[in-house]
Amino acid sequence: MTAKPTIALGDARVGFRGRIHELAVDRAGTGLPGPELERRLIELGFVEGADVELLHQGLFGGDPIAVRVAHTTIALRRREAMAILVTAVPPS
Amino acid sequence: MNAGATLASVAAPAVAPVIALVGNPNCGKTALFNALTGSRQKVANYPGVTVEKKVGRLTTPARRVLQIVDLPGTYSLRARSPDEEITRDVVLGRLKSDVNPDLIVCVGDASNLRLALRLALELKRVGRPVMLSLNMMDIARKRGVEIDLERLSRELGVPVVQSVAVRRGGTDALLGEIDRLLEDLPLAKVADWHAPDAGELRGAQREADRVLRAAVKSSGERDRGTAAVDAVLLHPVAGLVVLLALLFVMFQAVFAWARPLMDLIQEGFAWLGTMVGASPLPDLLKSFFKDGLISGVGSVIVFLPQIVILFFFILVLEDLGYMARAAFLMDRIMGGAGLHGRAFIPLLSSFACAIPGIMSTRVIDDRRDRLTTILVAPLMTCSARIPVYTLIIGAFIPDREVWGFVGLQGLVMFGLYATGIAGALAVSFVIKRVFWHGVPGEPFMLELPDYKLPRVKSLAIGLWTRATIFLKRAGTTIASMMVLIWFLASFPRPPEGATEPAISYSLAAMIGSLLQPLTEPLGFNWQINVALIPGMAAREVAVGALGTIYAIDGGEGAADKIGQAIAGQWSLATALALLAWYVFAPQCASTLAVIRRETGSWKWMWVTFAYMLVLAYAAALATNQIARALGA
Repeated sequence: MTAKPTIALGDARVGFRGRIHELAVDRAGTGLPGPELERRLIELGFVEGADVELLHQGLFGGDPIAVRVAHTTIALRRREAMAILVTAVPPS
Repeated sequence: MNAGATLASVAAPAVAPVIALVGNPNCGKTALFNALTGSRQKVANYPGVTVEKKVGRLTTPARRVLQIVDLPGTYSLRARSPDEEITRDVVLGRLKSDVNPDLIVCVGDASNLRLALRLALELKRVGRPVMLSLNMMDIARKRGVEIDLERLSRELGVPVVQSVAVRRGGTDALLGEIDRLLEDLPLAKVADWHAPDAGELRGAQREADRVLRAAVKSSGERDRGTAAVDAVLLHPVAGLVVLLALLFVMFQAVFAWARPLMDLIQEGFAWLGTMVGASPLPDLLKSFFKDGLISGVGSVIVFLPQIVILFFFILVLEDLGYMARAAFLMDRIMGGAGLHGRAFIPLLSSFACAIPGIMSTRVIDDRRDRLTTILVAPLMTCSARIPVYTLIIGAFIPDREVWGFVGLQGLVMFGLYATGIAGALAVSFVIKRVFWHGVPGEPFMLELPDYKLPRVKSLAIGLWTRATIFLKRAGTTIASMMVLIWFLASFPRPPEGATEPAISYSLAAMIGSLLQPLTEPLGFNWQINVALIPGMAAREVAVGALGTIYAIDGGEGAADKIGQAIAGQWSLATALALLAWYVFAPQCASTLAVIRRETGSWKWMWVTFAYMLVLAYAAALATNQIARALGA
């Protein structure tokens, strides 16, 4: 299996569809300690292998974003979404 | 309905088993609680905190009396906010003296089970009997979600039932299973729960995903209705336009719809006053009832329609699932002022009254974000300021139009609201920059639930709770303060052959003159000083107090008469300074008490009091001096 290029969900555009490859919490410029951010992301369903789609974004700076992860829609800021590394999945 | 009597009549033996409802936010847990217990519920606080403790009773088909506890929604027992700590402590049985659940019912939204299943797995480790109730099965079925209950139960290792909270008989399966489980309840084991680390959470979510794949068939498609509505409501531009329009309609409704009802209440109290006036009681007693009690309590109860209408909007928007969207839309804008997106709902509630607003800051996880919101919430123009604003504006601002279509009086009112909002944003900006400089903000993470139509029953129960809380306050704090002000304004009695109005000889007048040197630069006279003192109990009381001071004559058209009196005696500069004072002044003892309770410290209460007092003094001083310099 060839390694697909990953991008941070925090850099994705509206309409992006992909799959979570890895949580890299030290990439987020957030106030939380890395392990705490990681736990919160997992509690909201951001685990490796889950499908994501970027649905909406705010007016100013495209922030925050609304992300469909598996069966749930979660709003978060791009800053924290930088910790979510995703690979693009072409539309089927 | 008499709530006290109802509760007493359903009081069962103290040994009624306790069933705790636990679930994710938005899973329909509260709707289920309402369906199970109806009006037989009691809302109180957990000891030491102001987290609402909702306990209700019900009798099962097997004639077993149960106590149901509705716990605050959470994604995990790893508590991060005061609300979630309560959920954790109740589930773990750490609140020794209090509700100790015999059975935990994990409630999951059947159309959105992924996160609920992980919570269920976590609850299993607590050592208490657990079952899963799949709520909103009707909606899930409509969306083509097929759930194999037996398989789900086998994979999870806990009993699973389905429920439809909003339909008659929708909770039969749940109650039947509770009865069956209680027949032969294993003793709670010692909890081996500890806060899971990232690895354990990940493992649990994987396990939950595996169970989900095994037992649930679902396309995983988004709800089409929600997607279509969100395309507009979460659109970067259209979404904000709709939000603003919604707020506009809301405030219009609060003012316009409430009017007829408020007039009716006012007339009712005026009639009561006249009846007392015509009674054969001694004059002093008559004055006590009429000017003290009736006009005082009446001047507060008159706001009930506005508060109910505002909460109607807030509850409907919450039940719809729109409030989370509003927080999403406002996050960046409020973030600029150092506020968290979730602060939007508490601040919006504060337009009705800062007390429920401050209490609803419990949804904010981070202590600092929560504190900032609490500190600025009293600056939002609450409905208790409205009568004061209305009185002064009516007396001093000419009723004419500017630019051909905007009423000048309405414009001033709008300006006062805007000043309050600007003040709140400025203060939170300063707090963030000065006190918590360099501390990065809490992340904004929030589930956006699918839209759901609000249920009339839940709405009615919610409104009823809010209205009773408000009326209790009017009946206790405010009534007693009105008696006090009446006493201050009535004693000592004027000497024989007195020429001045009776009040000039009273204790109130003495206090007013004592404060005179302090408020002189603001342009306040002793009458205003006196009115501000009872205004500490509740802002709107100042109107009644001014009435007492200028006339001791309530009844019909009282407000108009007060208006005429002050228009004749105050300068425009004084009136404007008083308006400026009211935008900022910490004129509400109940709000301060709630701040103390919510922050758990006297310090923050005094900080709030001090900063608001300083702002109010500065604003009134500047307004008075500038207005006088301009010749007002």
